[in-house]
Amino acid sequence: MNLFNVDENYQNPTIEGYYGDFGGAYIPEMLYSNVETLKKQYLQIMYDPIFQAEFQYLLKDYVGRPTPLFLAERLSKEIGATIYLKREDLCHTGAHKINNTVGQIILAQRLGKKKIIAETGAGQHGVATATVCALKGMECVIYMGEKDIERQAPNVARMKMLGATVIPAKSGSKTLKDATNEAIRAWINEPNETHYIIGSVVGPHPYPDMVARFQSVISEEIRKQLKDKTGSELPTHVLACVGGGSNAAGAFYHFLNEPTVQIVAVEAAGHGVHSGLSAATTQLGTPGILHGSKSIVMQTSDGQVVEPHSISAGLDYPGIGPLHAFLYESKRGIFLSATDEEALASAFHLSKIEGIIPALETAHAFSVLPKMNLKASDVVVVCLSGRGDKDLATYMEYL
Amino acid sequence: MSKLELVFKEKSKRILNVYCTAGYPSLDSTMKVMTSLQKNGADIIELGMPYSDPLADGEVIQVSSIKALANGMNIAVLFEQIQDMRKSITIPVILMGYMNPILQYGFENFCKKAKEVGVDGLILPDLPLFEFEQFYGKIITENNLDFIFLVTPETPDQRVKKLDSLSNGFLYAVSSSATTGKDKDFNVVAQYLQKLQAMQLKNPILVGFGIKDKATFDAATVHSQGAIIGSAYIQQLTKGGDIETTTSQFLNSVLGA
Repeated sequence: MNLFNVDENYQNPTIEGYYGDFGGAYIPEMLYSNVETLKKQYLQIMYDPIFQAEFQYLLKDYVGRPTPLFLAERLSKEIGATIYLKREDLCHTGAHKINNTVGQIILAQRLGKKKIIAETGAGQHGVATATVCALKGMECVIYMGEKDIERQAPNVARMKMLGATVIPAKSGSKTLKDATNEAIRAWINEPNETHYIIGSVVGPHPYPDMVARFQSVISEEIRKQLKDKTGSELPTHVLACVGGGSNAAGAFYHFLNEPTVQIVAVEAAGHGVHSGLSAATTQLGTPGILHGSKSIVMQTSDGQVVEPHSISAGLDYPGIGPLHAFLYESKRGIFLSATDEEALASAFHLSKIEGIIPALETAHAFSVLPKMNLKASDVVVVCLSGRGDKDLATYMEYL
Repeated sequence: MSKLELVFKEKSKRILNVYCTAGYPSLDSTMKVMTSLQKNGADIIELGMPYSDPLADGEVIQVSSIKALANGMNIAVLFEQIQDMRKSITIPVILMGYMNPILQYGFENFCKKAKEVGVDGLILPDLPLFEFEQFYGKIITENNLDFIFLVTPETPDQRVKKLDSLSNGFLYAVSSSATTGKDKDFNVVAQYLQKLQAMQLKNPILVGFGIKDKATFDAATVHSQGAIIGSAYIQQLTKGGDIETTTSQFLNSVLGA
């Protein structure tokens, strides 16, 4: 079934939010009016010069952009190719998540909203949301799985210190999937005053496109910085880890229509892709609908969404953004995976040879470098999406 | 004339549609619950197909869904359980559920099978209008199933008319934008229902969300043809005890019999 015209331009979904067969807005009528308002207005608002002026100002002076593109010399030597690190870990709050929350908070103000809700897994998106809510004086409620609240205590404390209310999601598996369900429900119950800041390129259209556009600043900067450093805007490979896929969408965005650039997405294989404890969605999933869009979903043969496993809470999600599902299906991107163990090893290794402690999510991306058969002439950009402070408790177990 | 149309033709006021989760409280209680509902005054049965991530439902129905799934319920099992339902159930039966499990079952097969066992209509809250018009609506119509859209107080009038024109049997008016099982301010609901009444829609209106007892059922049915009760009934079933007794007590209390 291919009902929907595929735009040759990978960046842009159709007017109904489809990337190939994936995307759309599978939402109950109770959300229609909110989502429709967003759909009609997001592009107009986002590309309004006054909006852009405020957005760019905050990215620069508040978030700390542009983030450096750093030549990782020791890693390059070891791998036998030129490896650049896009330092999203140096963003305010420690990860790329804030690029999106800064954008959406200004957008929410434009829509006249008074209250912000968000879901969070590892807590990075929750912290980034609570941060911009504090900045703008907006009420902030964060939904977080009860299990994640236990395993990400420092981020819970940060959110509270920033003035947010953290509500434990107690339904289902008590992790990111259920926090997302609860946040969507809360939005259904208070649609008029509230804006829902989704943290990844998932959810009903226009969220995947909107979040990808806010995150696209990552690849926009990479192109400029690479040109300054190498004379060419284009690397041979761009690598990023994928849970829902927001840092990957941002890092890939301005390279999607450059056929010479190999797009590489790295999923979390948990204990091993086929171990039964994995979050490698493209390897294990089938087409399905989750959280308002059609994508690839980890599910049982009768369509119940299953609980994934990854050591990193940020990749512990049974779906993937519809853009990524399309990149996978169309073979525009290659999808690799790294296990918990490999990610841990990479986190320790990167810390020792480059002096950068990465987030566990990010560490997955580094694990595949030695397996890629890279050539000396290859120029690889790895999106270093977040820093490892939040994962210290896990890392300490292995010291 | 479809079974649903017939119900509204024979009884134009105080139609009671009761929701129950298939496979809840126990796997084999589906038919028992349906029989009790029919016996004790329900005019329509809305049979919920459990799903792991039911976005439009509140906690009570989600908990019942998770239990039903744990009990072993799925679409194939459900069709087996209700394959002979028309030997005993004469009132209309509507299947309510989410798109994902149906897509995995196969949408066309699902519609065929539903018709075969005697299902009258479908409520699929996360099937969007665009996809309905592009693809799925045709399959539903070809299988002679009624499709019921939801409308809310935030649905623009033009869209209400459109959703009404594509619905058959009745139109499901959500009493306010909220998930199931939440309390409502019924003055606001009344105003909304009066507005819908004045729109002269093709279909009768059944009001859902927030209907839990005689007072709310009475209030909801002043300006509509009837109402849908879900969470409040599931709550009664959750208490345990004999299904027939629970159902008869609850429905009598709602209908004031």
